[in-house]
Amino acid sequence: MKTDIILSGVGGQGILSIAAVIGEAALRQNYYMKQAEVHGMSQRGGDVQSNLRISDQPIYSDLIAKGHCDLIISLEPMEALRYLPYLSKDGWIVTNSTPLINIPNYPDINDLNSALEKVSHKVILDVDTIAKEVGSTRVSNIILLGAAAPFLGISYEEIEYGIRQIFGRKGDDVVNMNLKALAAGKAIADNHIRP
Amino acid sequence: MNNKLLLLGDEAIAQAALDAGLSGVYAYPGTPSTEITEYIQSSPKSQAENIHCRWSANEKSAMEAALGMSYAGKRSMVCMKHVGVNVAADAFINSAITGVVGGLVFVAADDPSMHSSQNEQDSRYYGDFALIPILEPSNQQEAYDMVYEGFKLSEECGVPVMLRITTRLAHSRSGVERRAEQPQNEMHFSDDPKQFVLLPAVARQQYNRLLSKQKEFLNYSEYSAFNSYKDGPDKSKGIIASGIAYNYLMENFPNGCPFPVMKIGQYPLPETFILKMAGACEELVVIEEGYPFIENALKGLLSIGLKVHGKKDGFLPRTGELNPDIVGKAFGFEIPQMQEVPDVVKVRPPALCMGCGHRDMYDALNIVVAEKGNDSRVFGDIGCYTLGYLPPFKAINSCVDMGASITMAKGASDAGLKYAVAVIGDSTFTHSGMTSLLDAINENAPITVIISDNETTAMTGGQDSSGTGKIEAICLGLGVDPAHLHVLVPLKKNEEEMVHVLREEMNYRGLSVIIPRRDCLQTLSRKTKKH
Repeated sequence: MKTDIILSGVGGQGILSIAAVIGEAALRQNYYMKQAEVHGMSQRGGDVQSNLRISDQPIYSDLIAKGHCDLIISLEPMEALRYLPYLSKDGWIVTNSTPLINIPNYPDINDLNSALEKVSHKVILDVDTIAKEVGSTRVSNIILLGAAAPFLGISYEEIEYGIRQIFGRKGDDVVNMNLKALAAGKAIADNHIRP
Repeated sequence: MNNKLLLLGDEAIAQAALDAGLSGVYAYPGTPSTEITEYIQSSPKSQAENIHCRWSANEKSAMEAALGMSYAGKRSMVCMKHVGVNVAADAFINSAITGVVGGLVFVAADDPSMHSSQNEQDSRYYGDFALIPILEPSNQQEAYDMVYEGFKLSEECGVPVMLRITTRLAHSRSGVERRAEQPQNEMHFSDDPKQFVLLPAVARQQYNRLLSKQKEFLNYSEYSAFNSYKDGPDKSKGIIASGIAYNYLMENFPNGCPFPVMKIGQYPLPETFILKMAGACEELVVIEEGYPFIENALKGLLSIGLKVHGKKDGFLPRTGELNPDIVGKAFGFEIPQMQEVPDVVKVRPPALCMGCGHRDMYDALNIVVAEKGNDSRVFGDIGCYTLGYLPPFKAINSCVDMGASITMAKGASDAGLKYAVAVIGDSTFTHSGMTSLLDAINENAPITVIISDNETTAMTGGQDSSGTGKIEAICLGLGVDPAHLHVLVPLKKNEEEMVHVLREEMNYRGLSVIIPRRDCLQTLSRKTKKH
């Protein structure tokens, strides 16, 4: 088992909260794991990414080689495309569809969508709208994680365990809301895989 | 693996120090080293066992305090980013001459590719310059093990030991296994009353003592478990890989490397091993993160005409961080057919947060600077407000080192620049700006110093700032004329007042200090969440 993941987004969106849940799930399965994060200047609204590598064999590099990434999980559509050179030919992109526009030359949304259309394997979803349907705007990241769940190489039950570990101290209501969000995300991915 | 902790490299270093009987950590925040001290600050053990962990005013004061703790027999650690080593260098180099009593681990966190820095200097040169052992981990577990054993090594060798890491290791997480917790040292002093008195007559003896230990340090390296040699059948190349660069090598050879590989984790370089490898291989390749430190050393060591490939002959790029692709390409591996980044993807640089007080300060400053035309320049400093260089502000003309804004403005003013303005943050001011300001005050230099005060060390994540609540008192104490010291609230609604004050003070032909003060929004929201 080996899954190389790039998490991407804009500084402040909280990509590391997704990594934390996957990390808990991976450790429980006794997998090896390396997760490279970006700290410092870029966190001020710049593009950020995290390389997350999970394997049942020891891992050397903290960074993923080009063309070897199995999965890009992105909180922002333009940021999903930034890491395309890393995606393997069978790799998947799971991305939020809502742009975060904090630069004057942000591309036209139609151009962006047609660039995304060209990616072979993808799940594109509007996490904020789904979050409102689920009942909390604070679970957007977990909806995205749910949509990425089928591609992680980790069983769904283990990801649920990760959610309980990470959110447990915030009480049952928060845990249940996040589990609901995870399921809502997964349902969307399942539809993509089996249309 | 369930008993392992999932830790950042920085956190592994902190946990190792706590487990090894640390009595105090001393540091000034700086990417990528900040999280070491933060981890110790938030650990229950540091509170329960009174382990010192408050931020220092700068890296030099941190280094000196760590040496003082070592003088009193206890184990101390000092942590900084690579450019912080420049600030600490006077104390650091001399700490090798005095030697230590309690173990002292000096952590230097380098930033190749300059992710968050103004250069990518390689701290191994400082360790070599100070003539002390250097440890360089390849992963988070080694970072833990090296710090844990580093204290013992420091006490056995009687000198500080440097741990050199780079950004990727500092900010990457992996499973780390802990070792048994050690108690703190009891307070005790050196038997030699002159050890720490570096008067020339004593210093000469101490320096000779340090030189005479070099053989011992080399011996430690030759037998260190952190240096290892793995033979390979193909002797056309012998590979020497240090620290995290070793991982990028091995990533390219998933079924094992066909060439002999010498993995370096401890310096001075283990000469015997390297000479043996040089004798068996047709040529050598050096894979190292940072400057060609080992490569240069080999060229001196092997004056036998053997080819050494590395960063100086273009085998690897001279600048920037290594990665699996760069190392793979150097060995002739093809990168698989990959997709291009579509043209719609634009650069997204970092920016000052919306609503940040620095924004209002720059908006007002830009209005007055525009009036002055070419007679005016703005000297910047190190912090979030360095982002004032980028559009839409394009407000600063320099960014060099901590505190340089004030003294560069003074120097330019000395040269005849009519309106010289310095922009410096509160934490950078107390780090290295106070002495600069004193120079300017003593000559009543006609410069305008803006201390943009957000009451925190914002860029590194909102650590406490040494000068909070004291900035005016410091300025007045140093001798700033109270008539030319102004505190303003940087808000859009106050822009007219700010412009007026800035214009008046820039026209004034003496030194003035303007303090726009408003809480950092990021730090404020974190504080609010906590309560």
